Amino acid sequence: MFDLIKRYWKTITRPSAYYSLGFLTLGGFVAGVVFWGAFNTALELTNTETFCTGCHEMRDNVYQELQTTIHFTNRSGVRAKCSDCHVPHNWTTKIARKMQASKEVWGKIFGTISTREKFLDKRLELAQHEWARFKANDSLECRNCHDYGSMDFTRQSPRAAEMHSTYLANKEKTCIDCHKGIAHHLPDVAKAKEQ
Amino acid sequence: MFMHSLWHSVRLAAFLLLAGLAGVAAQAQSKGAPPAPVVDSMRGATPVDKESSPPILYATENKDVRRTRNYAMQPPTIPHAIDNYQVDKEFNRCMFCHARTAAEAAKSVPVSITHYMDRDNNVLADVSPRRYFCTQCHVPQADAKPLVGNNFVDVEQLLQRKPGVMGSSK
Repeated sequence: MFDLIKRYWKTITRPSAYYSLGFLTLGGFVAGVVFWGAFNTALELTNTETFCTGCHEMRDNVYQELQTTIHFTNRSGVRAKCSDCHVPHNWTTKIARKMQASKEVWGKIFGTISTREKFLDKRLELAQHEWARFKANDSLECRNCHDYGSMDFTRQSPRAAEMHSTYLANKEKTCIDCHKGIAHHLPDVAKAKEQ
Repeated sequence: MFMHSLWHSVRLAAFLLLAGLAGVAAQAQSKGAPPAPVVDSMRGATPVDKESSPPILYATENKDVRRTRNYAMQPPTIPHAIDNYQVDKEFNRCMFCHARTAAEAAKSVPVSITHYMDRDNNVLADVSPRRYFCTQCHVPQADAKPLVGNNFVDVEQLLQRKPGVMGSSK
């Protein structure tokens, strides 16, 4: 038994002595593709709505609220799912967000928002995290779909056109500044200012 | 006195006659005729087991142009869409723009001072709880066919009418 392990260990430590360079290169390439594919598939699986609403914390609170908004039902049927707004789309920032999300796993295990009451108490803090994130990346997740360059002001209400052509155009404000609570109910925002 | 008691007995007789007729009618109904269908004001005459075709929904007027009030104390109508606006104990989406402090940046009409007053006319720091739910008085408008007739006349026109015309001041 020990000999067997020793033999394998010798092969693994000096593979080029036993296998051809071509085999190792090609094998490494194929293994890399398989590993990457599996990793990415698993990663994307955590980006699905089924995954997010798999837990009652999301399904019974925020997902219910989303369903009444225009980001869920509208005339053309284009809709946003959780990750469209809450997970960055490009790779580096996505991985950074996914690593941050390990705290959400912690929260799930210890039931930080396991009841409606706990969730409502915690909601302002959680919302503030998201607002800070949107503010920092210039509402990137909004802009993934809502392109400023493609906005036709003549098709907006005069009020919206006025705001977008001034505050948004001169970058004084970003989407989240005015559109908080666009997909979920808002907590008492006044309390946020007190802190 | 005599006339009075006569009138009284005539009334009593009439009442008894009517009551008797009603009783006969009720009896006839309970015997065979099916009960009259209950008309629900929302579904109309459509039976409960049939699907009614609801009237079409008209788009809310969203032009942001202030409308003339029809009378001096009319709460102004909302000249824009308010779909999905959150107005609850946590947040008031209307006040997000119409609050005293938000009006300049939002170029909105700030709510009047009366909204900050309680019923004893004390001016409060924030909107009075009795004025908090905006849509109790203020409503958006749609270019829809009116469901009932209306012959409302503005008081200014009313004052200009010739005496004797319906609704004139004299």
